[in-house]
Amino acid sequence: MLSTVIEISFALVSLALLLSLLRLIKGPDLPDRILALDTLYINTIALLILFGLYQGSALYFEAALLIALMGFVGTVALSKYLLRGDIME
Amino acid sequence: MKRGTRQTVEKANASTLPRWKKWLPHPLLSLVLWGVWLLLNNTLAPGHLVLGAILAWLIPLLTSSFWPEKVCLRRPGVLLRFIGVVLWDILVANVVVARLILLPSKRLQPGFVTIELDIRHPLGISLLANTISLTPGTVSCDLSADRRQLLVHGLHITDAHQTIDEIKQRYERPLQEIFESC
Amino acid sequence: MLEIILAVLVLVGAVFTLIGSIGLYKLPDFYMRLHGPTKATTLGVGAILVASALYFSFKEETVSLHEVLVTLFLFITAPVSAHLMAKASLHIRTRMESHTQNKP
Repeated sequence: MLSTVIEISFALVSLALLLSLLRLIKGPDLPDRILALDTLYINTIALLILFGLYQGSALYFEAALLIALMGFVGTVALSKYLLRGDIME
Repeated sequence: MKRGTRQTVEKANASTLPRWKKWLPHPLLSLVLWGVWLLLNNTLAPGHLVLGAILAWLIPLLTSSFWPEKVCLRRPGVLLRFIGVVLWDILVANVVVARLILLPSKRLQPGFVTIELDIRHPLGISLLANTISLTPGTVSCDLSADRRQLLVHGLHITDAHQTIDEIKQRYERPLQEIFESC
Repeated sequence: MLEIILAVLVLVGAVFTLIGSIGLYKLPDFYMRLHGPTKATTLGVGAILVASALYFSFKEETVSLHEVLVTLFLFITAPVSAHLMAKASLHIRTRMESHTQNKP
């Protein structure tokens, strides 16, 4: 049963990824695109963890942690860039 | 539970062993670092316990000049209750927001509200802002330069005063109790 | 029993993740779109991570809690990045819906 549920969840999360991608393409403003990228990386974490569950392997956790760290730094850097026109101060 | 024991440890350090302060500048930070190390390695092996303890002791000691402010927590009971309330609200918030999102978006009444802050402690303010962002239909957007006003965006605001009162009663009051009393 | 709990957690997580993205896609202006990903998506991913922690704890018969670390990290960083994005878009004056009350 669990594997069926995980397969359904793959579909749902992939749809979520697709919607975020559409928002990334559509814009219309820069903050919208940053938000779309932010959502994309969080959805990717969900997809990775689901895949780890599906395969029964705990290895994917490390990748998820790295994506979470890098994604957060990326979002902060992009917002800072909009805020100050500069990333490093 | 955990928070309570941490606090008593901290108290003992402060009252009976003042010289420890110099060698263990941030007991709370050290405990958190130790916990994170053990979680990262996903083990309770004695080797990792020791290595983690050494790192948790060395890192705050070597970086102590970056943390001039002393974080102190009073009233662990209030803190625990606050954490419980916030976790419950996050669950409720998500169901509420999910319903709002799925409604036709024409019917939503988005709006900004300005909250006059009574809380002065910087850590308290940032925790308040984070809590607001995670709970029902509100995201904190901007803090004024004098740290006295917080601008909050609501997804569906029917009564601005009620929203403000709720945030002040539910989140600001307990945070004030936790942080301002020391 | 465990399988049912896991299935429910995974499914609820996936549904909330999807709702977050639906919000991102269909709401009319940036400030409203911000609500979907910060709340729904974070909780959704959190639920999936808790399911994963439970699964590996029972499968390997040891406590496996490192997924909790990612959950905590997400719950701490989501409001921070939301705040920064909102601040940036207020700064560059992103268009907001005309019937927004009390515009700054």
